[in-house]
Amino acid sequence: MNAPMSKTAVPALQLEGLRKSFGRTEIIRGVDLSIQRGELHAVIGPNGAGKSTLFNLITGRFAPTSGTVRLHGTDLAGMAPFQINRMGLSRSFQITNIFPKMTVFENVRCSLLWSQGYRYSFWNLVSRSRELNEGADEILEQINLTARRDLPAGVLSYAEQRALEIGITIAGGADVIMLDEPTAGMSHSETDYIVELIRKVTENKTLVMVEHDMGVVFGLADRISVLVYGEIIATGRPEDVRANPKVQEAYLGAALEAEH
Amino acid sequence: MTDTTHKSAVSTPASRLTLGQVAPWLFAIAFLVLLPFVFKSNAALTIMNQMMITIVFALAYNMLLGQGGMLSFGHAVYLGFGGFMCMHIMNAVEDNGLPLPLPLLPIFGGLFGLGLATIIGSFSTRRAGTVFAMISLGIGELIAACTVIIVVLFGGEEGISGDRTYGLPVFGYEFLQQIEVYYVLGFWTVLSALLMYLFSRTPVGRMANAVRDNPERAEFLGYSARWVRFYSFCASGFFAGVAGAMVAINYEILTEQSMSATQSGVILLVAFLGGVGFFFGPIIGAIVFTLLQSVLSLYTEIWQLYLGALFLATVMFFPGGLAGVLMMHVPVARLGKFGLLVMPYIKTLLPALVSVIGVSALMEIIFHYRHAPPGDEEMTLFWVTFDSHNLLAMLIAFVVAAAGFWVAKRNSGELRNAWHAANTPDGGRA
Repeated sequence: MNAPMSKTAVPALQLEGLRKSFGRTEIIRGVDLSIQRGELHAVIGPNGAGKSTLFNLITGRFAPTSGTVRLHGTDLAGMAPFQINRMGLSRSFQITNIFPKMTVFENVRCSLLWSQGYRYSFWNLVSRSRELNEGADEILEQINLTARRDLPAGVLSYAEQRALEIGITIAGGADVIMLDEPTAGMSHSETDYIVELIRKVTENKTLVMVEHDMGVVFGLADRISVLVYGEIIATGRPEDVRANPKVQEAYLGAALEAEH
Repeated sequence: MTDTTHKSAVSTPASRLTLGQVAPWLFAIAFLVLLPFVFKSNAALTIMNQMMITIVFALAYNMLLGQGGMLSFGHAVYLGFGGFMCMHIMNAVEDNGLPLPLPLLPIFGGLFGLGLATIIGSFSTRRAGTVFAMISLGIGELIAACTVIIVVLFGGEEGISGDRTYGLPVFGYEFLQQIEVYYVLGFWTVLSALLMYLFSRTPVGRMANAVRDNPERAEFLGYSARWVRFYSFCASGFFAGVAGAMVAINYEILTEQSMSATQSGVILLVAFLGGVGFFFGPIIGAIVFTLLQSVLSLYTEIWQLYLGALFLATVMFFPGGLAGVLMMHVPVARLGKFGLLVMPYIKTLLPALVSVIGVSALMEIIFHYRHAPPGDEEMTLFWVTFDSHNLLAMLIAFVVAAAGFWVAKRNSGELRNAWHAANTPDGGRA
């Protein structure tokens, strides 16, 4: 992509002095991070480092104690998740978060409604919109779930539900996609499938991803941030992060040795 | 993901109406038109009118419970409010000679129901679950209490009554006869049901399901769960108001009883009995409930006991309601294996029925023993007349109940196996 140009443009996502406390415990302790448009960015860190909390702060699920989150330069303070979503940020969840009683197709179609401008319409019939139904079928094609189209989403296998989770996340056409541990609990072949999927659906988009699987992280990410105890101790290209002694000391050493 | 047991569904662009979509509605219309030719008596018409009112109200209620995941304990308020306002309109038409034909009254009932729902919904739909349920209960009690306080509006204890025949005749009909009222209500029943069905197919109706299943996820799709609930709530209030207008037209009187907590409880029972998970569930519930209420109450004073038992059995064993039980058989029918179930059903359900008859006989004998006037010890049950103070009668009833239960229980294993076999495709995985 046009990397030199996007360097000068407003970052897709910018965090400044972000802090979050639950009671007296400070979980996020001053995070500054800038993610450029079109970047594939991974956040890694040991368990309990605050990765999911960071996601929840960015997407409006929690309100930060202090600090700002900017999406394409707009301050997100005080915005509800649905407002942030309408500005072009979409996320998936670590624990599968779908509509279990609705069919797979309905799940995807519902995620297309707002972006196609239907809002709270009660004068359109969803079955009569070609754009809506073909759009949903296209997404199903992309996430390889066409064969499961008319099953209730709750009966899908774990990997399929994870794929659906990603499908729901990308369906609305958001340009900033945030995936919270997309490959958690998956076998090797399933992981390969999901990584291919992520690569395919995030083309020309900004991706922020929390991930434990180092193979996935180093294979996919343009840049990596390492979060330890609520602070980012390093940000950079994969090879730089890997070589960073602080990172090796805090977290990566053991993981890398296990990996190779 | 290499599993291929599920056949790949062919996606049909459903942009044109199919016969399958239209047929149920045409059938319903034909059914309603022809029904009075079969059941001609005024008593039957009364039951059918009540049935249609309950259908519209139960469907409106299920827009909240089944479609939107909101459990309301005070939905009779919207029916009552719409109904009371329609009585006032009816009286105003009579007093001032306004040119408002009676069949249009449900529109106004609906608008008043909608108005009240907009006000209440603006704060009650912020949260679902327990909070919503408690608010609905509180509002229900509050407004029900108002009926005896604000006499101008609700007429105090005697309610508001009127006369539907004083309005303008419509095409020569003055609505003196029950049958004329029947067709007015029938029209509104079909129209309301159709509109409610179509509502469930709109973007906001689809999102109502999504919010029901997972409100948080819906928020991350750009929809405010609160506003989705609000729109469902308003729509539901509108159709509850339509049902209220139907009450006004049919009975020409509304009392505080129409918007009481009891009424709100009844509609919850009706919807659940029929099955909240399917659009047509509440229709079945309304039909069965009205039949039980009007027919069973002719034969026994303790009909509510049976109704309660049926409700309890539904909640405990068939949470999908009667519609759920029906729909369970669709996969069996698709596999063409319904025949496998016929004999096991007879062998289990027949003794079960005998057992139910035994238990109900026992109940009736005890009730008669306790409540019959002194000296009147003779009772007739299932065409047999006997002395209710005779222990032998009770013993026989008990033995019949126990024997029926025992046989049903013994054969239920066979039914379970047959059910499993009927649901297993040939050559498929067990």
